[in-house]
Amino acid sequence: MTPRVVFPNRVLPYLLVAPQLAITLVFFYWPAGQALYQSMLKEDPFGLRSKFVWFANFEKVLSDPAYMNSIKVTTVFSLATAIVAMSVALLLAVMADKVVRGKGIYRTLMIWPYAVAPAIAGMLFLFMFNPSIGTLAVLLRKAGFAWDPLLNGTDAMMLVVTAAAWKQISYNFLFFVAGLQAIPKTLIEAAAIDGAGETKRFWTIIFPLLAPTTFFLLVINTTYAFFDTFGIIHAVTGGGPGKSTETLVYKVYNDGFVNLILGDSAAQSVILMVIVIALTAVQFRYVEKKVHYG
Amino acid sequence: MATVDLKDVKKVYAGGIEAVKGVSIAIPDKELCVLVGPSGCGKSTLLRMIAGLEAISSGTVSIDGKVVNEISPTDRDIAMVFQNYALYPHMKVYDNMAYGLRNRGTPKAEIDSRVRSTAKVLELDHLLDRRPRELSGGQRQRVAMGRAIVRNPKVFLFDEPLSNLDAKLRGQMRVEIKNLQRSLGVTSVYVTHDQLEAMTLADILVVMNAGLVEQMGAPLDIYEKPASTFVASFIGAPPMNLMALGRDGGQPHLADGAKLGVEPPAAATTLGFRPEDALVLPPDAKQGGFVLPAVVEAVEPVGAESFLHCAAAGSRILVRVSGRATAKPGDKLAVAANSDKIHWFDASGKRV
Ligand SMILES: Nc1ncnc2c1ncn2[C@@H]1O[C@H](COP(=O)(O)OP(=O)(O)OP(=O)(O)O)[C@@H](O)[C@H]1O
Ligand SMILES: [Mg+2]
Repeated sequence: MTPRVVFPNRVLPYLLVAPQLAITLVFFYWPAGQALYQSMLKEDPFGLRSKFVWFANFEKVLSDPAYMNSIKVTTVFSLATAIVAMSVALLLAVMADKVVRGKGIYRTLMIWPYAVAPAIAGMLFLFMFNPSIGTLAVLLRKAGFAWDPLLNGTDAMMLVVTAAAWKQISYNFLFFVAGLQAIPKTLIEAAAIDGAGETKRFWTIIFPLLAPTTFFLLVINTTYAFFDTFGIIHAVTGGGPGKSTETLVYKVYNDGFVNLILGDSAAQSVILMVIVIALTAVQFRYVEKKVHYG
Repeated sequence: MATVDLKDVKKVYAGGIEAVKGVSIAIPDKELCVLVGPSGCGKSTLLRMIAGLEAISSGTVSIDGKVVNEISPTDRDIAMVFQNYALYPHMKVYDNMAYGLRNRGTPKAEIDSRVRSTAKVLELDHLLDRRPRELSGGQRQRVAMGRAIVRNPKVFLFDEPLSNLDAKLRGQMRVEIKNLQRSLGVTSVYVTHDQLEAMTLADILVVMNAGLVEQMGAPLDIYEKPASTFVASFIGAPPMNLMALGRDGGQPHLADGAKLGVEPPAAATTLGFRPEDALVLPPDAKQGGFVLPAVVEAVEPVGAESFLHCAAAGSRILVRVSGRATAKPGDKLAVAANSDKIHWFDASGKRV
C-alpha cells in the first residue's frame, strides 16, 4: 500500500475540493432534486397551478403501454448496439493484431470515428441510408431489399443501431487491442502445439481470457446506448416512425419538452436516474476488480 | 517414437538478425538431446523451429524421417514445456492436461483415464481441481510436464523448464525428468544454459555458440575432450584454467616467462587444465613435468571440496582440493597437472 498523504492544514483541503463540489451541486444535485420534486407534481394544462400528488406520476408512467414499448425499444436498441459494436470491434482487433506492417496506422485510423459527435454520426448515416438520395440505400434497393427507414420501424431501428454502433466501435477496438496484447504469446503457442487450430484457439483461449475486457465493455456500451445516443436518434429518426425508436431518454425529451407533460417526464427521468445508479454500481463492483486471472 | 533430424538449419529474423547460422543435428529415437550455450546463442530459436513456432529460413527439420518445415505446430505431434510454463490460467489443472487430448478428439473415457494416471505419476492427483494461480511454482512446473506427457507425443521439447525453480527442487526435477524421459522413451530436445543440467540429462550434448554448433557428442566425451577453448570454459564447473603460451625462438613459455616442463604440440598457443585435475604440492617439490609455483589468493570452502584461487605464472588459476583445505591466503605452493590431463588449443581456439 502506498502511504497516505495527510494535509496538516484543516481548511485547505476543503477549499481545494470546493470548486468541484460547487459544480456538482449546481449542475447535478440541484437539477436532480428538482426532477425528484417535479416528478411528484401535477400541473394543470395551462401550467398555471401545480398539485403535489406523491407517486401518482410514477404509477401513471409505469402503467402506460407507451412507456412499456419504450422499455422494449431501449432494450432491443441497447443490446443490439452493444453486440454489434463489440463484435465488429473484436473482429477488427483480432485482424489488426495479425497485421505485421503498418500496425500503428491501422490503429490510429480506427480511432477516428470516436471523435465524431453523435448528431453528426447520425446525419452521416441518415444521408447514406436516405431512401431517396442515400448511396447505400440505393445499393440496398438494387440488392433487392425494400429499404425504408422512414416508414418501416425495423429498418429505422437497424439504421439507428448501425449509426450508434459505428461510433462506439473505435472505443471498443482500442480496448480489445489492449486486451489482446495482454494475453501472453506463449499461451497461444502452447495451444497451437496442443493441437488447437486458429478458430479453436480463439474460442477456448483468447475469448475467455478477454472476459474482463468484454464485461467492462458490455457495461460501458450498454450505458452508452442508454444515455449517449439521444443525438443520433434525434437526428436520424426523431423516435419514429410511430414510436418504434423512442428510447427511454428520447421519451423523456418528447414528453417533457415537446408535449410539455412535465410531471410524467420528470418521473421518467427519476426512473432513468435509478437505472444509471444501478449500472454504475455494477460497473464499480465488478469491472474494477472482478474477472481477473493471474 | 521418432527421430529428429536437423539439416543445415538457419534462421534469419526480420531485420537481418542471424540467430541460427546452419545447424545439423541427428537425434536417434528415444534419446535426449541437450542444447546448451550462453544467452542469445540461438538455442530457443532452434527449439522453436523444431516446434514449428518459428519459420525455418533454410535447411530442413525432419521428425520421424518426414520433413516438417511446412507443417504447422498443430500437426507436428510434439509437446513443449515452456520456461514460464504457459498454463491456461482460466482452466483447472485437469482441463489444462486434457486440452490437447480433447483437441485431437480422444474419447472422453480415455482422456479421463490418461489424465488421472499421468497426474498420479507426477503426484498431481490432489491438485486436479485447482487453477494455475492456486499452485506453487514447482506444482505449476509439474502440471506443465503433465500436459506434455499426457499427450504421448512423438517429441518432447523443453525450453529451460527448471530455470524458475529453486536449486533443490531443480535437482529433484532434473532426476525426475530424466527418469520419465527414459521410461516413456520419447525423443526429446532440452534447452538449458545450466551446464550441470546439460551434463546429467544429455544423451547427446550440443554446445552452441553464436548460432553455430561448437561441439556435439556424449557429455563425458565433451568434458574430456573439449573441441575449443569456448567449450572448455563452458562445460565443467568451475571452468577449465586456460593459460596463454608465448614462443620466443621456438621455446614455449608461460606469460611470465616460466618454462613449461612439458612439450606442447607445435600449433598450441593455449594450455588448459581443469581445476579438478590440478594437484597441489609443497612449494619446494622436486618433480618433473608441468609444475607451477603459485601463491594462494583466496580459499572457498564448499564443504565436500574447496577451491583455491591462486596466482601462478602471471595468470589466475583455480584449483579444486577435496575436503577441507589446509592452505590459507598468502601460502606458497606448487600446482601440477599430469600431462594426459593437459589440453592444448591453437590460435583459433581449436583443440590440437
Ligand atoms: N523475434 C525475434 N526477432 C528478432 N531477433 C530475435 C527474435 N528472437 C530472438 N532474436 C535474436 O536471436 C538471437 C537468439 O535468440 P534466442 O532466444 O534463440 O537465444 P537463447 O539461446 O535462447 O538465449 P537465452 O539463453 O537467453 O534464452 C538473439 O540474438 C536474439 O536477440
Ligand atoms: Mg532462450
